Amino acid sequence: MDSGTIVEWRVHPGDTVHRGDIVAVVDTDKADIDVEVFDDGVVEELLVDPGVEVAVGTPLARITGAGATVAPAAPAPQAAQVVEAPAEPTPVPVPSPRAGADTDRVRASPRARRLAAARGIDLHRVRGSGQRGAVVAADLERAPAEPVPAPAAGPSGRRSDAERQASMRRAIGELMARSKREIPHYHLATTVDLQTAVDWLSTVNGDRPVTERLLPAALLLKAVALAAVEVPEVNGSWLDDGFQPATAVHLGVAVALRGGGLVAPALHGADTLTLDELMAGLRDLVTRARSGRLTGSEMADPTLTVTNLGDQGAEEVLGVIYPPQVALVGFGRILERPVAVDGMLAVHSTVRASLAADHRVTDGHEGSRFLAVLDRLLQTPEDLR
Amino acid sequence: MTTYREAVREALRDALARDDRVFLMGEDVGAYGGCFAVSLGLLEEFGPERIRDTPLSESAFVGAGIGAALAGMRPIVEIMTVNFSLLALDQIVNTAAALSHMSGGQFHVPLVIRMTTGAGRQLAAQHSHSLEGWYAHVPGLRVVAPATLADARGMLWTALEDPDPVIVFEHGSLYGLVGELAPEAGPTDIDRAAVRRPGEDLTLIAYGGMVGKALEAADDLADEGVSAEVVDLRTLRPLDTATLLASVGRTHRAVVVDEGWRTGSLAAEVSARLSEDAFYELDAPIARVCSAEVPMPYAQHLEQAALPQVPTIVTAARGVLAG
Repeated sequence: MDSGTIVEWRVHPGDTVHRGDIVAVVDTDKADIDVEVFDDGVVEELLVDPGVEVAVGTPLARITGAGATVAPAAPAPQAAQVVEAPAEPTPVPVPSPRAGADTDRVRASPRARRLAAARGIDLHRVRGSGQRGAVVAADLERAPAEPVPAPAAGPSGRRSDAERQASMRRAIGELMARSKREIPHYHLATTVDLQTAVDWLSTVNGDRPVTERLLPAALLLKAVALAAVEVPEVNGSWLDDGFQPATAVHLGVAVALRGGGLVAPALHGADTLTLDELMAGLRDLVTRARSGRLTGSEMADPTLTVTNLGDQGAEEVLGVIYPPQVALVGFGRILERPVAVDGMLAVHSTVRASLAADHRVTDGHEGSRFLAVLDRLLQTPEDLR
Repeated sequence: MTTYREAVREALRDALARDDRVFLMGEDVGAYGGCFAVSLGLLEEFGPERIRDTPLSESAFVGAGIGAALAGMRPIVEIMTVNFSLLALDQIVNTAAALSHMSGGQFHVPLVIRMTTGAGRQLAAQHSHSLEGWYAHVPGLRVVAPATLADARGMLWTALEDPDPVIVFEHGSLYGLVGELAPEAGPTDIDRAAVRRPGEDLTLIAYGGMVGKALEAADDLADEGVSAEVVDLRTLRPLDTATLLASVGRTHRAVVVDEGWRTGSLAAEVSARLSEDAFYELDAPIARVCSAEVPMPYAQHLEQAALPQVPTIVTAARGVLAG
């Protein structure tokens, strides 16, 4: 690596930073890399604007303060190329890429590579059974599928946005086509009265600053996770011609990306999270999904996916299941609708909840039970805390 | 029951009977009945005008065959072994194969050359080689290798109908092959490879004398639970790549069995085509089983050691399937 380009500053002049904080994102030939700061102090000045390519070793920012005299604790020798650091301020060096990135190349047969690309499977996570451990096509049958995310930290090199878009579109297309080809879907939908939940949320949120408010999405996700515990037949994978129930509820949260495409990374153990933890996890996940910084396990782990069309969405979604999962829960826009309450007409906030499920695993009976449990859980929002 | 030798003889008899422009010539094909007894009895049946013994000069009698073909005849020239055909290489490559092209299509050479190929009979290094690949290298020739009774019976007439030269390789170890030949057996195509045994796990690709060994290897593999498909190339030039690609597209693994030497072999050509056109179907590198790169030994144990054998084919197959 000879040079890099600042993609984004994460700090501004005047910010206090601590050793280990991410201060910038640098686009290298290999990948986008988070730049950590090696000292405590206050950012005095940003020396390089985003978009400008600079040589390795170029000072990027001046930091003054308590740690200013501490030398950068860069592990790799290249990273320590501090160019004539002024006595006081400490420059943040341009980092070096991970050494030996090419050793990340997976041994895989040409056929396995082709199929993995088509199905959006990361070969790094597939155990090979072929010659000298090579991944062969049969090994992919046991691997989870996933859409190819914008590879923020992938070893395959930086790609243009257009290439990423095209690649993602292709991956989604292949995955969804496979889903429709292989999974006998059935769809159920029901209208859930959310008035109690909406009222409860507004009470809870009344005391909170905007940034800590709970969104209805968190409540819906928590209810789905708990319902999946009660009806475990919707939570798991179809692998090797059989249903394998999941041991935890890792909710895949479908996140639409700016510029098109979507990913559905996992919110791990969603049933065990408090509502606040879940909300924080959701915010974090969406942010990272949109900046292309998801971890491998987040991409591979979902056991049940939720798609929530949100404020701007349609009233109802009849989803397509992500293989090898066996169900997808959909929520339309929360709408005020006329409802009958105790023989009277009322106007309540409601949502159309839907279930797309794999007929090889469940029938409409279990599917209906899942939606009924979901409805019941959403009527006592305080219990979802 | 009939033999491969009788099937070839029947093909010759049929061709001689069908078309009076057809005649057979070569060393000892007449009075002696052929070095491998293929033409036994044909001199008596068709007479010395049509079953012609020649002097021991491959260059002369192949050249005479080319001249006769140009003059409107349909000669079948027999060369005793592929090793001896090297004496006629100038006639075959520089004349027979080139004339149509060099004359802008004005002159065709409808010549069929039959020759014995291959080892296994303790005939040593001057009678035992498999040089099919040399001829398959040359544009202007069609090269076929009948490996079954039906092809031994059926390829000759189709070859005679080709307006350009065709070389027919008969593996010496096949003449004694015994099997059923349908009474109505007749001409066969000389364009396509044939799946001799369907399978799912890998494809064994062979031709001529190696087809039988590949089939035996497939039997052994079946005992181990491996389903091997066996493809007989049949026509070595032009290669029927489509059949190969279709097979490997199903099995995703291939072993090419070729009695020729590995370096610059037909097996190399087959392997290259699969790499070019079936790369994204492959789940393992293509393996080759070829003869040891030595002049074929005389001593039986050395000769057998130098040749592709059923156990080596099985081992190679396990290799491409192995984890």
